[in-house]
Amino acid sequence: MPATIQSFVAQGAQMFFVLAIAPAVTGITRKVKARLMRRRGPSIFQPYRDLLKLVRKDSVLAPNATWFFRSAPYMIFAFTWVAAALVPTLASGLMFNWAADVVALVALIGAARALLALAAMDAGTAFGGIGSSREMMIASLAEPASLLVALTIAFAAGTTRLPEVAQFLIAQPLEIRVSFALAFVALVIVALAENARIPVDNPATHLELTMVHEAMVLEYSGRHLAMIEAAGHLKLTLYISLIICLFLPFGMAPFDGTAGAWAIGIGSYLAKLGLAAVALGVWEVSIAKMRVFRVSEFLGGAFTFAFLAILLEFLSREVQR
Amino acid sequence: MTNAYDVAHFLAGMMLVCSFTLLYQDRILAVLNTFAVQAIMLSLAVAWQGYVRNAPDLFITAAMAFGLKGIIIPVALNRMVEKLGIKRGVDQVVNVGVAMFLGLGLTSLALLLVLKVTPGAASFTREGLALALAIILLGLLQMILRRNAVTQIVGFMSIENGLILAATGARGMPLVVEVSVAFSVLIALFVFAVFLFRIRERFDSVDVESLDKVRAARAHR
Repeated sequence: MPATIQSFVAQGAQMFFVLAIAPAVTGITRKVKARLMRRRGPSIFQPYRDLLKLVRKDSVLAPNATWFFRSAPYMIFAFTWVAAALVPTLASGLMFNWAADVVALVALIGAARALLALAAMDAGTAFGGIGSSREMMIASLAEPASLLVALTIAFAAGTTRLPEVAQFLIAQPLEIRVSFALAFVALVIVALAENARIPVDNPATHLELTMVHEAMVLEYSGRHLAMIEAAGHLKLTLYISLIICLFLPFGMAPFDGTAGAWAIGIGSYLAKLGLAAVALGVWEVSIAKMRVFRVSEFLGGAFTFAFLAILLEFLSREVQR
Repeated sequence: MTNAYDVAHFLAGMMLVCSFTLLYQDRILAVLNTFAVQAIMLSLAVAWQGYVRNAPDLFITAAMAFGLKGIIIPVALNRMVEKLGIKRGVDQVVNVGVAMFLGLGLTSLALLLVLKVTPGAASFTREGLALALAIILLGLLQMILRRNAVTQIVGFMSIENGLILAATGARGMPLVVEVSVAFSVLIALFVFAVFLFRIRERFDSVDVESLDKVRAARAHR
């Protein structure tokens, strides 16, 4: 069946495309941050070199670390990669279409996070424990908000499947939707928290007592660290793609589209991804990190926004009926 | 007409968001700025209604909302804050998370109530009434949850914003009533100001908890 093969190839191509491009997104963000601080900064391809270097190096294990500590990085990477493959990026209507559900996505990311938190406690250091407990606190606040955003979108589009949502939004005429704007803000806040960016966590530090993500991966080295870093890059790209797919899906190609449609799909996706990476860099430079105890208020704000989005969507639907 | 509805929905929705921001913010100057933004959103919403319905008297209402509540009252409160020398954060009675949950609960309640009660009315009216009730309840909640007298005043003023929104949604109120309400709000501001300075003179603070202590002392006497 040629259609199945075509969709298989398209899905595979998208999976590897996302994997290949993810470190560059982090690289662009770092470069923008460095330039805004009047440093030259490393090349945007530095994350690739870092990954290569880490893979080549020996990995050092704590003597009391169990098999779980060693296998967790691969599982985390696998979960994150599957999640990233589910989000429609270049084209909608791929092979995993039936599985590309927002709720499934949240579950996959949650599973990866649970694995990381467990692995961090496995080595038995104090830092790992602190990191895990903070990560879980942040997650328990961020996940309700992200599910509410998913519900808002589902409420408007009538489905939680991402490709169908994207197609629905592309077909929709351009209009002002305050509920989508609120859901967008909520999802951006959640994405910042989930990816350990400023103001929730500082991705560039190793020595602060307030660190969250870095505290968890402190015991990892070599190829294990490479896996976790790659998963981190993927997660950032995944969240940006999710935001693009839910709020700015314009230009996305249908999977059986012509070569021209695919070219537009790739071009617009890359442009949006690049813009988001630059915006993230500018945002991180212009704001200070929050105290850990204020994070709950920040994420509570995201929850409030997401809830308001649902309420307003409900109101406008009821009123206009 | 959907387009007209969309803009109205957007402006009223932004007013509701401003109400939540008022609850969330714990810096006094930010609270005042948010209040100004809410009033400006209100004036835009009223002006939009005037434009859509071809009702020029609504433009006067919009201009009054903009001038009085968007500019004069925030500036006056700003000066008051400066004179009183309160720069520190606002004291909330409960923490922000609880305040947000209460606010969300009240908003849901308002929307469900108004939608149930007004099945036959026009969409503008239902929409305006629902969001206005939510804004009014949030203003009341803010007055309850704040200890600082200045932010309580802001809560009161945002209730008035909600009332104007409701009136606009329900075919507007007569201009005479409109003008008198606007001026009574302005007079209320003066009364508040006098009270504020008196409280400050007496207790060296605008924390209204000190009033409770006085009352308790009198009761014991």
